Amino acid sequence: MDFEYLFELLCGGVVKGSIYALIALGYTMVYGIIQLINFAHGEIYMVGAFVALIITGILTLSGYSDSGLSVLVLAAVIAVIYAAAYGYTLEKIAYRPLRNAPRLSPLISAIGASIFLMNYVQLVQTPDFLPFPELVPEFEFMEPLSRFVSSVDMVILVVTALTMVALTVLIKYTKIGKAMRATQQDMVMARLVGINVDRVISATFIIGSVLAAIAGVLIASRTGQINSAIGFMAGIKAFTAAVLGGIGNIPGAVLGAMVLGIAETFGAGYISSAYEDVFAFGLLVLILILRPAGLLGKAVKQKV
Amino acid sequence: MQKTTLGHLVAAALAATLISAPALAADTIKLGVAGPHTGDLAPYGLPSKDAAEMVVAEINAKGGINGKKVELMVGDDQCKPELATNVATKLVSEGVNIVIGHVCSGATKAALGIYKGAKIIAISPSATNPPLTKAGEYPNFYRTIAPDDDQAMLAAAFATDKLNAKKVAVLHDKGDYGKGFADFAKEAIEKGGKAKVVMYEGIQPGAMDYSAVIQKLNKEKADVLIFGGYHPEASKLLSQMNKKKIKVAFIGPDGIKGDGFLKIAGKDAEGVYATGPMDVSKYPLNGKVRDAYKAKYGKEPGTFFDQAYAATVAALNAVKVAGGTDYDALGKALKSSEVETTVGKIKFNAKGDAEGVGFAVYQVKNGAFAEVK
Repeated sequence: MDFEYLFELLCGGVVKGSIYALIALGYTMVYGIIQLINFAHGEIYMVGAFVALIITGILTLSGYSDSGLSVLVLAAVIAVIYAAAYGYTLEKIAYRPLRNAPRLSPLISAIGASIFLMNYVQLVQTPDFLPFPELVPEFEFMEPLSRFVSSVDMVILVVTALTMVALTVLIKYTKIGKAMRATQQDMVMARLVGINVDRVISATFIIGSVLAAIAGVLIASRTGQINSAIGFMAGIKAFTAAVLGGIGNIPGAVLGAMVLGIAETFGAGYISSAYEDVFAFGLLVLILILRPAGLLGKAVKQKV
Repeated sequence: MQKTTLGHLVAAALAATLISAPALAADTIKLGVAGPHTGDLAPYGLPSKDAAEMVVAEINAKGGINGKKVELMVGDDQCKPELATNVATKLVSEGVNIVIGHVCSGATKAALGIYKGAKIIAISPSATNPPLTKAGEYPNFYRTIAPDDDQAMLAAAFATDKLNAKKVAVLHDKGDYGKGFADFAKEAIEKGGKAKVVMYEGIQPGAMDYSAVIQKLNKEKADVLIFGGYHPEASKLLSQMNKKKIKVAFIGPDGIKGDGFLKIAGKDAEGVYATGPMDVSKYPLNGKVRDAYKAKYGKEPGTFFDQAYAATVAALNAVKVAGGTDYDALGKALKSSEVETTVGKIKFNAKGDAEGVGFAVYQVKNGAFAEVK
């Protein structure tokens, strides 16, 4: 048994898991509140990355360069604002008119929105791959660990953990969180007690989009390249992670993503990377057979 | 009654073709050009048509070959095998003497059977599928482009002979192109016996992270990594290898030898090897012809233009040397008579592949690909 290799793979798996988790958190939160699988989440992630690329391009052209975190923060803030606007508009155009339609309609609308955004970016930007600058600087204290976890990986891990905690606090202990939970339990009843349901749902989408944009900026600066199609694969993997952990459950999304990332990495490391996706989705099938609601999901009785 | 009239007509028409075909053949040399001229893949076929037109116009202006003018016959197959057989049948029935084409490997294969039956030689500027020549099934087939496996064999030879690799890792993106390259490279290394293939795997194209496969590469202590695929995956692999400080020489196919790779991979590209078509711009005829094209059409010639120009020149040279369009004489002329073309001085080997065309190894130095001598 080669323990060093095992440890390297474990680190790789955790990092990969945290990448999936960062995208899955926004996915699962939107589902948790309005039971809509927002397929366009991956596209908001992609839009966030594109906005950050454009901002860094402008900053570089205007002569502003800084090896520290300021470019990253500036690009991320503007990407977040843009993505929030996209999320808000998306909900207003694609989902709100279908609020009372059968559940399949918003789902199809979500797929349509996803295809629209992907093609929109492809047309107004480019179908080519673009290089994405390394916005996260190399921290010196990470140097000895660079074989296992790089600086970007560390930032992604920390941001994922912080996001998970912040979301849980938001939903459990704040006023808007209470309103979200009420909306989730019974929309009509929530309205009756004076909750502005439309506003709550808009807020949900804005928060989800903000998370997607943060994920987009961090992950693009790790992979070093973006194009208009990156949202698709990211969305699928995040969706899988969310379902694995129990969709709608915030810690579940992180757990599901970790399980997915580690399973893929070990499968690729010990068997063959050609079957990476087979391990990922095979595991999904297995877990759904044994625990249909996901790892941390609660089995909810369907009201008939 | 009607039937009889129709019968007469058919008989008359047949008689007419029988009489006219040999008469026409005596007047001109019929050169067919077949490939995709409409549809998605037209950009790969139209430059060949332009090239043939240029050569034919030039030769006819000089009085033709052995006193005969060259007549061009154009056939559009859209790269579809079913259309290619139609085009081939039509060209043969119209008495074609020699064909430049087809362009896509699949369409070429479909048409070759028909040409073979009619004893007509076809020279493709672009069909790179290895068995077309190497299987020996089509003795009437020649090409002015190197077959796919040459590239992989060159990469393998470079790894074992120049880089002195003992342990080679072979990765691919599971696509036709990438896996084909990887398979041929693996086979060449195993046959060569100088190095061991310690790892052979497909990676998920579009995935966000390749750390597992890179850790494995490190564990297997590979000296050289041969990658079959395109530039996005290649640059992701390289950037993650560099982050983990894993230094393994990287060799890719012509799918990464381009500006797209240099742009995305940035500083990670430095030192990377890639195989790619040999630089043909050094041949004097090449520059002259490309300038003439630019003057005539106002743009750069497209894909396979050089190869098609060379194929047409070689075909007509063979007609001249053979003193006619006899199948056996033409074959002998193609294999023995060296001719100056846009891809260098070429003649064909026994299998039908052009000698002297092929691939070279390039390395990224200071942000540009430079040929490794």
